[in-house]
Order: sequence, then structure tokens, then C-alpha cells
Amino acid sequence: MSSLQIDDISMRFDLPNGTSVQALKNVSLELKQGELLSVLGPSGCGKTTLLNIVAGFLAPTQGRVLLGGKTVKGPGPERGMVFQQGALFEWMSVRENVGFGPSMKAMAKAEKAQIVDHLLDVVGLRDFKEKAVYELSGGMQQRVALARCLANEPEVILMDEPLGALDALTREKMQGLVLKLWKETGKTVILITHSVEEALLLGERLLVMAPRPGRIHKEYQLPFAEMGVNADLRTVKKHPEFGEKREEILSMIWEMEEEIMGRTETTDA
Amino acid sequence: MVIALIYIALFTGAFLAVRAVGRLRDHVSDFTSLKTVTFGDESAVRPNRAASIISVLTIFLIWGAFTGSKWVPTILHAPGPFIGLTEFTYTARTPDGQTDDATVTVNVFPLGGDAADPVVEPGEGWARNDAASIGAWRSGLIRVDANDAFGRDEGAVVVAVNGKAIEPGGEVFVDDGRLGMSPRGTLNFVPAKGWQMEPIWLPAPEAVVARLVEISTSGYQNSTLWEHLGWSLARVLLGFACGALVGIPLGYAMGLSDWFRGWFDPIVEFMRPVPPLALIPLVIIWAGIGEAGKIILLFLAALWIMTIAARSGVSGVRISKVHAAYSLGASKWQILRHVIVPNSLPDIFTGARVAMGVCWGTVVAAELVAAEKGAGMMIMVASKFQLTDIVLMGIILIGVIGYGIDILMRMAENRLVPWKGKG
Repeated sequence: MSSLQIDDISMRFDLPNGTSVQALKNVSLELKQGELLSVLGPSGCGKTTLLNIVAGFLAPTQGRVLLGGKTVKGPGPERGMVFQQGALFEWMSVRENVGFGPSMKAMAKAEKAQIVDHLLDVVGLRDFKEKAVYELSGGMQQRVALARCLANEPEVILMDEPLGALDALTREKMQGLVLKLWKETGKTVILITHSVEEALLLGERLLVMAPRPGRIHKEYQLPFAEMGVNADLRTVKKHPEFGEKREEILSMIWEMEEEIMGRTETTDA
Repeated sequence: MVIALIYIALFTGAFLAVRAVGRLRDHVSDFTSLKTVTFGDESAVRPNRAASIISVLTIFLIWGAFTGSKWVPTILHAPGPFIGLTEFTYTARTPDGQTDDATVTVNVFPLGGDAADPVVEPGEGWARNDAASIGAWRSGLIRVDANDAFGRDEGAVVVAVNGKAIEPGGEVFVDDGRLGMSPRGTLNFVPAKGWQMEPIWLPAPEAVVARLVEISTSGYQNSTLWEHLGWSLARVLLGFACGALVGIPLGYAMGLSDWFRGWFDPIVEFMRPVPPLALIPLVIIWAGIGEAGKIILLFLAALWIMTIAARSGVSGVRISKVHAAYSLGASKWQILRHVIVPNSLPDIFTGARVAMGVCWGTVVAAELVAAEKGAGMMIMVASKFQLTDIVLMGIILIGVIGYGIDILMRMAENRLVPWKGKG
């Protein structure tokens, strides 16, 4: 069992105009194996930066990320990524996309085919196996992205607004799928989102981040993800506590946004 | 000017005619045909096939009409040069004031036709009748006084033609041409040229086709037509292949490494705007006029285009694709092989199409300067002998081959990179 440890991370970088930006300040967090964390915050709070540091695409200026006791130094197959859109390889078929990770490891063909078939069944795309990815709808493409990530058997799945570009209906269906996959595979998941509802639905733990400098503002433990595994998501949303939490977090984010606006106005004046 | 007006008239006339015919026919009822806003909606502007066909026909029609082509009905021909017998009368006067008239009969013969002077009676009086022969589109001095009893040497001068006064430097228009008078008093007859072009300026289309048949069977300048074109094509392919072989890896390196980018940026950015034609003199100085020089020139023409295409192919890859591949455990080499190369293929194909076009233009230009075989050499040599039909044939073939190359490249692109623009 390997846990993910984010240990006192700060990130600061210089801008061409001589000033510097404190993107993250003293962020610490520990995730146990199989936990589902959603991260929410106004734009510019550093949530994507945090995810990129965990993925190993960016190096923090202070602190470190540990996965199973080992320091993260760069990207690696034990931390899979699901992006918002456009990260599929359009020169490959659905099958080749899903099988990309196993191919990189030079896995035997039969074994790879088995994994790919199984995952395409799971995400409901068995009939689209040989299609080109650009022939699929946005929702189907994101299902391919999920399957591609899972095919590589990562320990942690990092999702950067994976459902942000989908329409409301498709988005709800995909939220159900994400929950199902999380429960079935028992992976640790970090999900970045803009939507408060999505963060509530898809987070055992929910992190609200504040901007300037990017930091953890508040953390919640939530029951909704567990509820959503067995029940219809719309029933979960009708839960009185769900509404309460949503209002609480929304006003919290509104306050932050207004503070930013106010600060910009004073600097302008 | 007249040709431009005729062209505009045909353009407008064909438009009105096609529209009138289109009204009678059943309408297409696809989605675009239901759009009411077409002026300003580029996607609703589809090339009118009838216009394309008529456009090509119009070019041949005008070409044929102004060259007296056999392919164009005679009624559509522009007026040709005057051909046949024509007459005019001149009046000569001696210093003591005697005048006498005589008739000049001129045989205006078609080029390459019978050049015999017509036979005429001397006629009455001291001024005798004359005969002359002049080729169509040509002019000729006629010494009308040479056979007169009182000629120039006796002080007689020609004072009028067909009753109209004429003096040295002046001119008189007669039925089938113009008569000028030289400063020394000799008549110069210019038969009417009509509107048609002389074959040495613009041959009729059938003459060009006949040349094509002749040269493709018996060759020109010691090589068959296919050898000429084949040499040009082979040079292009070899030069382009060398350019691509060096340019694509260089472009990748420039897209992937700071040092390569920094090192080659000034060179590439400097060489890119230099037209390959400007390099011809230098290449000739360095490598001579042989094959090596031409390949070097084409290599340089293709190199920068392919380098820039590959570089932009690398920079055009979405960072999320690269990140995704790294997160799936790909090594740097695998990223290059499975992400960067396929992602850059559409850009490389676009670059290759441009480069092939530039190379084709450059090879013809290089052959114009110096070559033993090649399409450019063929038209250059032909132009020195005023063989306009070969020049025209060569230009048409060069155009057709250039167009063909582009079509082939586009077909290859559709087949090999179907994901273009779909990312």
C-alpha cells in the first residue's frame, strides 16, 4: 500500500517584468491508497500547478512529493494523467490509444489485447475499437482517455478537469463512470475541477484552495462519493446536506473572487 | 485591349447563359443551396463547374480565333492578314511637270506559299505598270520607277497614290494595306495584317499539338521529350529528397533542443527569404553548370522549407499529448517516435508540397541558364530559334507537371495523414 505525500510544497518563479509569482505556498497533504480527492478553487489558485507538480511535469522550489516513500523527480507511469481534451493521439485508433502504455513497456501482444478489450468493455466502447479517435464524440473520447490511463495500471490517477468540456448530460453520465471506476479499481484519484457540484460528488475529501499565494483554504470529508457509488447521482444531489455544502463552498469561493477583484481595483487606482 | 474586351464579354455572356439554363433545370436541394446569405459566407461559395469548363474552352477559343486555328470555325476567326492580289495606282511627275499614272499589282502570299510576282502588261505612257510579291505580315519596298521611262535618276518623283498626294516620309492607306514613302522617295507597301497573330509570335493550338507529337516521337536537341521532362523531374526528386533528408531531422532538432534552435535559427531565418533563383550564380561559380550544381541548388531550395515545416510540426504538438505520453511511461525516444513524428506529419506534408512546387520552379529556371537536357533547356533553346510552338508546348507541359505533382502530394497526404486538422 503506497500513500501519496505532498510535503510542504512551495513554488515561486520570476516573470520577465522582474516581479515574481508565488504560485503555491506551504501546501501539505497526505493521501492514502484508494482515496478520492477533489480540488476546487477560483482561477489562479494553483490547483493545476499542484497537479503538475504531483505528475512530475513541474519541479517545486521547496518541498517534495513522495509516492510510496519515493521522491517524485519527473513524470512516470505510476502516476497516470487524464486531461481535459485533446490529449488522445489522433493518429492511432481507439485500440492503439488504450494500448499505448502497455506498448511502451513492450508487453506481449496477447496480454495487451486482453487488457485493452477488458477496459473497452468497462467504458462501453467495445464496438468502437478500430475507429479513429476523431470520429468519436467528446464524451467517448474522454472514456478512451480514462481507459488509456487505466490500461497502464497507475497507482495514482491525476485528472485535470477531465469533464470540463462536456455537455451537462454527458458530464453527469461520466461522473457516474468515474465513481464506478474509482470504486472498482481502488486507485488513488486526484481530480481538479471548476464545478462545485462535481467536486462534492466526486470527492471523499474536498480541498478548497485560495489564491495569491496558492494555498489550502479548507478541507472537507464528504459522504457523497460513497453514496454515489450505489445510488443515482441525482438522488445524491437532492440530499439536504449536499445543498448546504454547495452553498457554503460557493459563497466561500465568491468571497475569494471578490477579494481578488477588490485588490485589482485598488492596484488600478 | 480588344482581346480583353472580348474576354470580359465572354465571361459575362457565359454567366448569363449558364444562369438562364440553370433556371430551366431542376434545382439542387442540398443544405448549402438553402442558404440565403452567400455573399460573405465563404463556405457557401462553391466553384461553378460550368464556369470552369467554359473558362478553359474560352482560352482555347480566343487562342484559336486569333491564330486562325483549324479547330475554331472560320466564322469565329479574327480577321486574318490580307492574302491575294491587290492593286494600287501611282502618279509620277517629271521635273518639267509631265504626269503619268501606272498600276502596281502586288501578290501578298501566305508565309511559305508561292512568292511569284504576278505577270502584268507594261501599259501605256512613260510610267510603266509594276508587279511585286510580299509575304503576309511582311512589308516590302517597291521601286515603281525602276522600269519607268523617266525614273528617279531622271528627276521624276512619285507624287500621289490612288489620287492621294504623298511625299517622302508620308503615307497613304489603300484598299488592302498601307503605303509609306521613304525619305528618298521609294514606296513601301505594308499589306493589312488583320487581327490574327503571326505564327512566330503565337502559333495555333494545333501547331503546338503537332509539335508535341513530333517531339515526343523524334525528340529535340538530341533527347526525346520524355528524357527532357524526366531529367527535370529526376533533378527535382533528388534535390528534394536530399533537402528533406537533412531538413527534417534538422527541424526536429531545432524543435527539441535549445542549442540546435539557437545555433541554426540565424542561419535558417537568413536563408529562408533568399529566393533560390538568387543562388544560381553562386552555385554556378562553385559547382559549375553540371548536375551537381543543380542538385545543390534544389537541395538548398528544399532544405529551409523542410526545416521550418518540421520545426513547426514539433512546436505544434499539444503539450498535453506529450505529458500524457510521459505519464504512460514513454521514453524520450518513444515520445519522438510515437508522438512527435506522427503529430508533425501534416506539417511536413504541407512543407513538402510547398518545397516540391518551389523545386519545380527552380529546376526550370536553372535549366534556362544552362543544361544539356531538361524542360527549361528545351524552351530556352527553342526560344533562341523563335520556335514559339516548342516554347508554348514546354510551358504547358511544365504547368501540367507542376499541377500533377501537387495533386499527387495532396492524394498522398489524404491517404497517409487522415488525421490532419482533427486534433
